[in-house]
Amino acid sequence: MKTERRTLTRQEEFVRQHRRHHYLIAAWRILLFVLFLALWEISADTGRIDSFFFSSPSRVVLCLAEQIRTNSMLFHIGITLYETIVSFLLVFLCSLAAATVLWYSPKLSEILEPYLVVLNSLPKSALAPLFIVWLGTGTRTIIVAGMSVAIFGSVISFFTGFQQVDGEKVTLIYTLGGHRRDAFFKVILPGSVPILLSTAKVNIGLALVGVIIGEFLAARRGLGYLIIYGSQVFRLDMVITSIIVLCVIALLFYKSIQFIEHQIKIRFKM
Amino acid sequence: MPNILELKNISYSYHNLHGETQALRNISFGVGEGEFVAIVGPSGCGKTTLLSIIAGLLAPEQGTILVNNPDGSLRYPKIGYMLQRDHLFEWRTVYRNVTLGLEIHRQLTPDRLQKVDRLLEEYGLDKFRDKRPSELSGGMKQRAALIRTLALEPQLLLLDEPFSALDYQTRLMVSADICHLIREAGKTMIIITHDLAEAISLADRIIVLSGRPATVRTEMPVRLTLKDDSPLAARNAPEFQDYFTRLWEDLTHED
Repeated sequence: MKTERRTLTRQEEFVRQHRRHHYLIAAWRILLFVLFLALWEISADTGRIDSFFFSSPSRVVLCLAEQIRTNSMLFHIGITLYETIVSFLLVFLCSLAAATVLWYSPKLSEILEPYLVVLNSLPKSALAPLFIVWLGTGTRTIIVAGMSVAIFGSVISFFTGFQQVDGEKVTLIYTLGGHRRDAFFKVILPGSVPILLSTAKVNIGLALVGVIIGEFLAARRGLGYLIIYGSQVFRLDMVITSIIVLCVIALLFYKSIQFIEHQIKIRFKM
Repeated sequence: MPNILELKNISYSYHNLHGETQALRNISFGVGEGEFVAIVGPSGCGKTTLLSIIAGLLAPEQGTILVNNPDGSLRYPKIGYMLQRDHLFEWRTVYRNVTLGLEIHRQLTPDRLQKVDRLLEEYGLDKFRDKRPSELSGGMKQRAALIRTLALEPQLLLLDEPFSALDYQTRLMVSADICHLIREAGKTMIIITHDLAEAISLADRIIVLSGRPATVRTEMPVRLTLKDDSPLAARNAPEFQDYFTRLWEDLTHED
């Protein structure tokens, strides 16, 4: 084993440093999380913070176990997941359709521009009470609330993305004898895939926000309902547990879109 | 040599709220079948506008474009247009890029595709058909762009400074290479360039445009005694310097 102690080549050195960097980042992330949990637990146990108001990791775990045993937690998680995914998909399809129409008709997009800007800057939670009156208090209302938060921004992002595609590539389609339809399907749409994906990443988070707002106001089920219910009956363990579950859901959503993005990039070698 | 294209008194202006800018004024010239015509002129004089009008992307405000097909028909010649950059789409393979025009015309027929395959083979691109454009060299990209244009079997090719995105050395090689391939394919070509040496080495005739609004200042036929068709041979031809000087004087001369 003579080679064992040989000095590393520059390339191996680089690879090793690159790996070390990644391990270091991962280690710090985990350490930060563990430190936070430890600090929280210790402060609660030693009475520095009141665990009735601030809960503690152990109480969260107990609460989660109890909620799952009584079979309510998984049900509420499922409802929130379902509503978020449906409103996310509807936002994606509707805003893609709307942005396409806007791109096809520059006149229409010019006419509608101020309306889109106003609707996009409007705080969407202000609309939720209206939805309740119009649609009642059911899944439909929650899904519409979820959509309302994301949709206008999404239309604007998609449309801006379409407009930013290199105009000469569109000219190329015309020089090859194509029409506006060809320009859309051969250039604009495939050229905008990165923007569609990055907007989708934002949208899934916004849809979750909208769904939780909707559940606060108009639901008898879902994590948003659990949070409101828990705060009203002063079961703050339940509130904090639900919030932590929401964190995990948000992370999972983000990661799954990232995974899809990665797959698409591999498939099209982007 | 019958003219396949004849421009008569073409004028074109751009409009905005502050007024009108005339880009082209009374442009008239003809292009013979199989001829290579270079258009040179000061930058911003409306060369690209002129090419867009010939390609049918813009309609002239005045004047007509006459078509005189060899068979006597009045059909507008099929035109292939090569832009300043290759614009190969990174989300498509090289093969799906070169067949883009056929796809748009819904002509992905076996005989058309066979022709594309033959061109890919002739131009040394068949090994790269499933690669992405970014994996090709600058010259290969231009060849791929040429196949994309030739796949639609145009009679007349319009080239709008097609090599300006390349570095000088590549440009010398690629422009000679591409024009050689177009000549072999038996096509007619109109090329816009601001490089006088390129115009002299590639074209049969050079049309010099004046500054805005562009008018035809001179038409200059080019005959070079060539030893071979390398880009250097043209630049070393005994007549080269003379043509260059005359072009330079025409371009810089103000009336």
